[in-house]
Amino acid sequence: METALPGVQGFLYPNEIELQWSVLIVLYPFITGLVAGAFILASLERVFNVQAVKPTYRLALLTALAFLLVAPLPLQLHLGHPERSLEMYLTPHTSSAMAMFGFIYLWYLMAVLLLEIWLDYRKEIVLRAQSTPGMLGWIYKLMTLGSYNISPQSLEIDDKVGKFITVVGIPSAFLLHGYVGFIFGSIKANPWWSTPMMPIVFLFSAIVSGIAAVLLVYMLISFIQGRKTDMACLDTTARYLLYAFLIDFGLEMLDLIHRIYEADESFKTLDFMVHTQLYTSQVLLQIIFGTIVPIGLLALVQLISLSEAARKGIYVISGLLTLVGIFAMRWNVVIGGQLFSKSFLGYTTYKMEFATREGLLPTIILMLLPFAILWALVKLLPPWQDEAGHSHSS
Amino acid sequence: MSSRFKDQEHLIRMGVLLLAGIIVFFVLRGVMVPRDFGEYGHYRGGALEDNRARPAVYAGRKACEECHEEVVAARKGGRHAAVGCEACHGPLAKHASDPAAAKPGRPDAKTICLVCHLENVARPAKFPQVNPLDHGEGKACSDCHKPHQPKIS
Amino acid sequence: MTSKSDRREFLRKSSKFLLLSGAASVAYASVAEGQPEKAPNYRMHDHWWGMVIDIDLCIGCGNCVRADKAENGVPLGPKYFRTWVERYHIPPGDLQHPEKEELPVVDSENGGFDGFKEKYKKGDGSKNFFVPKLCNQCSHSPCTQVCPVGATFESPDGVVLVDREYCLGCRYCIHACPYGCRYLHPETETADKCSLCYHRIVRGLTTACCEACPTGARRLVDLKDPNDPVHEFLKMHKVHVLKPQMATGAKVYYNALDGSVR
Ligand code: HEC
Ligand code: HEC
Ligand code: HEC
Ligand code: HEC
Repeated sequence: METALPGVQGFLYPNEIELQWSVLIVLYPFITGLVAGAFILASLERVFNVQAVKPTYRLALLTALAFLLVAPLPLQLHLGHPERSLEMYLTPHTSSAMAMFGFIYLWYLMAVLLLEIWLDYRKEIVLRAQSTPGMLGWIYKLMTLGSYNISPQSLEIDDKVGKFITVVGIPSAFLLHGYVGFIFGSIKANPWWSTPMMPIVFLFSAIVSGIAAVLLVYMLISFIQGRKTDMACLDTTARYLLYAFLIDFGLEMLDLIHRIYEADESFKTLDFMVHTQLYTSQVLLQIIFGTIVPIGLLALVQLISLSEAARKGIYVISGLLTLVGIFAMRWNVVIGGQLFSKSFLGYTTYKMEFATREGLLPTIILMLLPFAILWALVKLLPPWQDEAGHSHSS
Repeated sequence: MSSRFKDQEHLIRMGVLLLAGIIVFFVLRGVMVPRDFGEYGHYRGGALEDNRARPAVYAGRKACEECHEEVVAARKGGRHAAVGCEACHGPLAKHASDPAAAKPGRPDAKTICLVCHLENVARPAKFPQVNPLDHGEGKACSDCHKPHQPKIS
Repeated sequence: MTSKSDRREFLRKSSKFLLLSGAASVAYASVAEGQPEKAPNYRMHDHWWGMVIDIDLCIGCGNCVRADKAENGVPLGPKYFRTWVERYHIPPGDLQHPEKEELPVVDSENGGFDGFKEKYKKGDGSKNFFVPKLCNQCSHSPCTQVCPVGATFESPDGVVLVDREYCLGCRYCIHACPYGCRYLHPETETADKCSLCYHRIVRGLTTACCEACPTGARRLVDLKDPNDPVHEFLKMHKVHVLKPQMATGAKVYYNALDGSVR
């Protein structure tokens, strides 16, 4: 084209020149992924009674909650009319994956996560409601719902109900993130997205990112609070991370091989895109540094015996790389799916803005927000009981 | 029995709370969903009316022909007869509803013809095309052709 | 003409206008004023709208694009179109390497709004043609399927419409359209697309693009009207829809569509 538009290469349908889904929409599956992954890790301990990861149980729940509370915000910020978003609940369109997601979100937040946390913490809540003065005390009092019964029988009932909720919660967590994958995977117009593998790849990458996040948060909080990290717990969690990673990587490679072998009408276009525009984020960040390197490092720990400090170092590095890799994966799905034309004849580019509604700045703020919430939650509901099971008043 | 109830009391409280939430949701839904939603399908029936309510900008050739009989007569039999008036004159619904208020200009006979007739290999070969460099001696097209009856007889 | 005779002429014409035969003039007046309630009775269930596009007649003048933007308040500029025109250029095959795939070269500068400057040489063995595009008014439309709230829908007369008062602006529908026919209107921040000039067709007018098309390359058709010439046309021609593999039930039929068009 003589007067080609900046950033445009080849031919696009004119309405495709502008990208519709920005970095905020990248953030959204990333955050819900962390939620689902963190929850699934917590559920492991509860349902399968894995003692080793017990120290992270409550932390994982709180992490899930902190991220879940933030999950809808990037969507809200992105909408042209956020004030109308309630319509999703008022007149949900049953054939729309996105509408159903609203209900799954609510179900997961209200019926699973909040309930499970409440049941698990009820004893502490009641004790604190009785001992904490002032505003904070009122918050605890509110959380007791006016019932101060913490008899062993009632706690036993709580434990049973909690276990039941966990059992219900696992498929819910699968649903929560599998559904996010379905939102993309069900768009037949877009060959980059349209694959039945999408929900399952999203799910496993979610588990991977959730485990990595809890691992990091656990080490970070222990470090800040000067607490000794439980090495057995770290090792077990890291081993789970490796397993989940192997499945995730296997699925992604299956998808890739399938695409290469089938080489349908979209293949050349997508292949070109991966080798040019997406090279850094897909090949380097996602596959090499975000997947192969952490898998290698984690496998190394399994193969040779290393000192505690070396293992910790490896966990930190591979945890961070994992999160970068999973974020890159979300980026490649969301942004990559919009860089090529549905005519398969051209490409556009995504220019991230900074201090605009959908720019980098709100993204960074939204990414830090869950940590602020988590910090408050850890203060309010400490995941670890100090000395002899007594919670200390703040 | 009653101690059993006492041990579950907090759960019942939570249950009532959740139930209240669900009831509030349904009440809100009853109040907030537009009345005409679902009239024809899963959408606001009034949206059809909204879409119809736009004013037209193009009047349509029938409207022009009601008043401009002389042009209709002039165009008769020519190969432009099938071309809508507003294809050359542009949107004139305002003019058609009140001719005095919106007096249209005349299309520039130097440029308007080439919008359709300029040579272009992508145009169907059957369509009459000219290259102004070797057609018309650099004069305005209307010097030789009448826009409403372009054939030079 | 003197100004006096002008006026006389005007009076004659306007009085005639007032006496215009029944429905047509009433319909017309209500069209211009945008008062739907005055439109003659329109029964949605008697119609099923679509369009026929004849590639062999399209001259790429851009009239349809301009008419559409004027009629429907589509933002100007190269990023927002309810209808646009593409120019296809298919280079001659390489006789030495016939197995090599020749990709078409497509351009649509400003959507064809300013027409197309000559770009290719006559007689170079290439194939060149124009393809007008617009919403295919699918009867199994993927865009309405994904709308979370019912802000876009297929009307009972077969037109895919957007409810501007209800749309969230989530843009899921834009991604779901295989043909790139939707965009986010930068002022209303709602999804926008071709409405097949719904405000016109319910009053017996044709769409703005068809009105402005000089060659009849695009024609509004009513697939429920037994007298519509479309039935004869579809019988006599080998027609095609865009991307049939998407199974969207597209109702914009193309005559003489080349296989390279996507
Ligand atoms: C209600 C009757 C009426 C209708 C309908 C109508 N016109 Fe006119 N038109 C007039 C009158 C009267 C004048 C002269 C106005 C003047 O001179 O002030 C005029 C003037 C014009 C002129 C300018 C003539 C000149 O001398 O410069 C053009 C061009 C024109 N009309 C085109 C159209 C087109 C195209 C349409 C259809 C969209 C149309 N008109 C519909 C009544 C009508
Ligand atoms: C092919 C393009 C074209 C079409 C189609 C066309 N016009 Fe014109 N029309 C012109 C041009 C160009 C002029 C200006 C001629 C000039 O400047 O001498 C003109 C002038 C006029 C005038 C004023 C002068 C005159 O000749 O009376 C009227 C009124 C008019 N047109 C009405 C109409 C109506 C009504 C129709 C449809 C029935 C129509 N035109 C269709 C191109 C067209
Ligand atoms: C909006 C498009 C359009 C514009 C503008 C236009 N024409 Fe045409 N012209 C046509 C069409 C359509 C035909 C008929 C082609 C056919 O029948 O295949 C045509 C045919 C012709 C012919 C062939 C007539 C014959 O009988 O052989 C001439 C000459 C012509 N136009 C001259 C002009 C001139 C001069 C102008 C400018 C005043 C003009 N046209 C403006 C669309 C246009
Ligand atoms: C000097 C007089 C003259 C001028 C000026 C002129 N033409 Fe012509 N044109 C002719 C004659 C003579 C013919 C052949 C007779 C006919 O087909 O009516 C012709 C034929 C045409 C045809 C039909 C060609 C075909 O293949 O059937 C078109 C289209 C045309 N002219 C367009 C234009 C346009 C556009 C302009 C303005 C750029 C223009 N003419 C200016 C004299 C002229």
